[in-house]
Amino acid sequence: MELSSLTIHEVQELLARGEASSVEVTEAVYARMAAVEPKVAAYITENRDEALAQAAQADERRAAGTGGALCGVPLAIKDVICTKGLRTTAGSRILENFVPPYDATVMEKLKGAGAVCLGKVSMDEFAMGSGNENCAFGTPHNPWNLDYICGGSSGGSAAAVAADECLAALGSDTGGSIRQPASHCGMVGLKPTYGRVSRFGLLAFASSLDQIGPITKDVTDAALLLQALAGYDPRDSTSARVETPDYSQALVEGLAGLTVGVPAEYFGAGLDPEVEKVVRHGIATLQDAGAQVREVSLPHTEYGVAAYYIIAPAEASSNLARYDGVRYGRRDMDADSLVDLYRRSRSQGFGDEVKRRILIGTYALSSGYYDAYYKKASQVRTLIVEDYKDAFRQCDVLVSPVTPTPAWKIGDKVSDPLSVYLSDLLTIPANLAGVPGMSVPCGFSSAGLPIGIQLQASHFSEAILLRVAYTLEKRLGVVGKKPAL
Amino acid sequence: MSISKEEVLKVANLARLELSSEETESMTEQLATILGYVDKLGEVDCQDVEPTTHVLAINNAFRADEVKKSLSQEEALANAPLANGEAFVVPRII
Repeated sequence: MELSSLTIHEVQELLARGEASSVEVTEAVYARMAAVEPKVAAYITENRDEALAQAAQADERRAAGTGGALCGVPLAIKDVICTKGLRTTAGSRILENFVPPYDATVMEKLKGAGAVCLGKVSMDEFAMGSGNENCAFGTPHNPWNLDYICGGSSGGSAAAVAADECLAALGSDTGGSIRQPASHCGMVGLKPTYGRVSRFGLLAFASSLDQIGPITKDVTDAALLLQALAGYDPRDSTSARVETPDYSQALVEGLAGLTVGVPAEYFGAGLDPEVEKVVRHGIATLQDAGAQVREVSLPHTEYGVAAYYIIAPAEASSNLARYDGVRYGRRDMDADSLVDLYRRSRSQGFGDEVKRRILIGTYALSSGYYDAYYKKASQVRTLIVEDYKDAFRQCDVLVSPVTPTPAWKIGDKVSDPLSVYLSDLLTIPANLAGVPGMSVPCGFSSAGLPIGIQLQASHFSEAILLRVAYTLEKRLGVVGKKPAL
Repeated sequence: MSISKEEVLKVANLARLELSSEETESMTEQLATILGYVDKLGEVDCQDVEPTTHVLAINNAFRADEVKKSLSQEEALANAPLANGEAFVVPRII
């Protein structure tokens, strides 16, 4: 048995019984990285010395009986989350040398719980992308087939978990960036309700949509990590003042009394037949487990992508104005005026996709276009929110595909940004409405690529997602399958 | 709605981005495609629909105005590409 192949809760049992130490587990993960990282390329920055020191400290704490909930558990962190003293690039040249002077709230929480930070994993630049092909430091490969994308933007997170280069990882999700790569890599991905997890120290892409969440090997680990991450944070003005339930209580098999809604619009044109087959099998499994299944309608789903590609770039164009070459990040040293300094530093530092979105956002917010674009998109967003409210009057959880197709080949879509945007049509609505969403491994395509099933519930109902996900895990037997690397 | 090369350059200037002539060409084409798709929003009747900018019913998040620990000057300047030990340095403005 390889220690690196275990889940968090399996490692916790070994640690509790004294059958392994955190240092041994952490070293086993680095040994695995040495073996597979040349193929997968999930990491941007490794944190070996510091991680082994954290692991040794965790072992001491455990021996002294003072270890936290994640004592000695080695995790990978998406490179968009600030880690004090550890380079944080957001996958961008503009932050190539940025070393945060503080920890994100989620890092304080993880460290407080005793977790070990293995390093920072790859992502699309500033989380803008769906294939992790927009990273300034290279594209990671899907561990199930190295010619394919691992998904994005939390591609490095999902690839690292699938390749056993960590026990679990943090990602962030603005339009599907946790759920989509988790689906493409056959892992469990959970985007919490907007406001459930603090965004303090998350480099902002679209502030009204961004959420941090876990990518894990199984559902129990997703519950464990959500437990550690969730909670009100006074440093995030959009953090919600709600109680965090005990998520371990949600890990029960069986769905008696639960109504599952199947949104007709998520099974429309463009849905790959293999994906549909796998997801329909998942839905039948839920029915077998005691759930009532009924069709529901979210009629404005087809407008989600259009609304998103105004709202997200508009927010991004404002958020990314801070990268000006003055306080941090890349700077053109030859500029002789301030405006020139801004222009040159930004133009050299940002990649094409980031420039594209800044331009769209700036255009949509510019004088004369605001009403036609930003206001209109925000009104359509209201209609999407209303769709969810109506749907959740009729069911407890929505079940659908995560993506219309399995992963695509690296390079296949690089010259066609719109086709990439459209691939997110089934994950974007959850961000627009702020509802929690989850991707659970459900099956495989005939080519052997993983296919996930998406679960969505009403605000702060992550426990329902976990219960449904846990039931799927127990009954489908897909969670836990590993790629041959 | 189509977008012209001139408009792309104008927006790039607002966003403090410089585009090469090749970038201007490709961005104009791609932005036109994307904005053409976004025009789909015009199909939706939004008469009397309030816009949503935030999904949770959070209004002003106030806190007491207390002095707390924050970054030291040294920490704040540590990532600056150019600083003089006390402040960030920029090209002369006046």
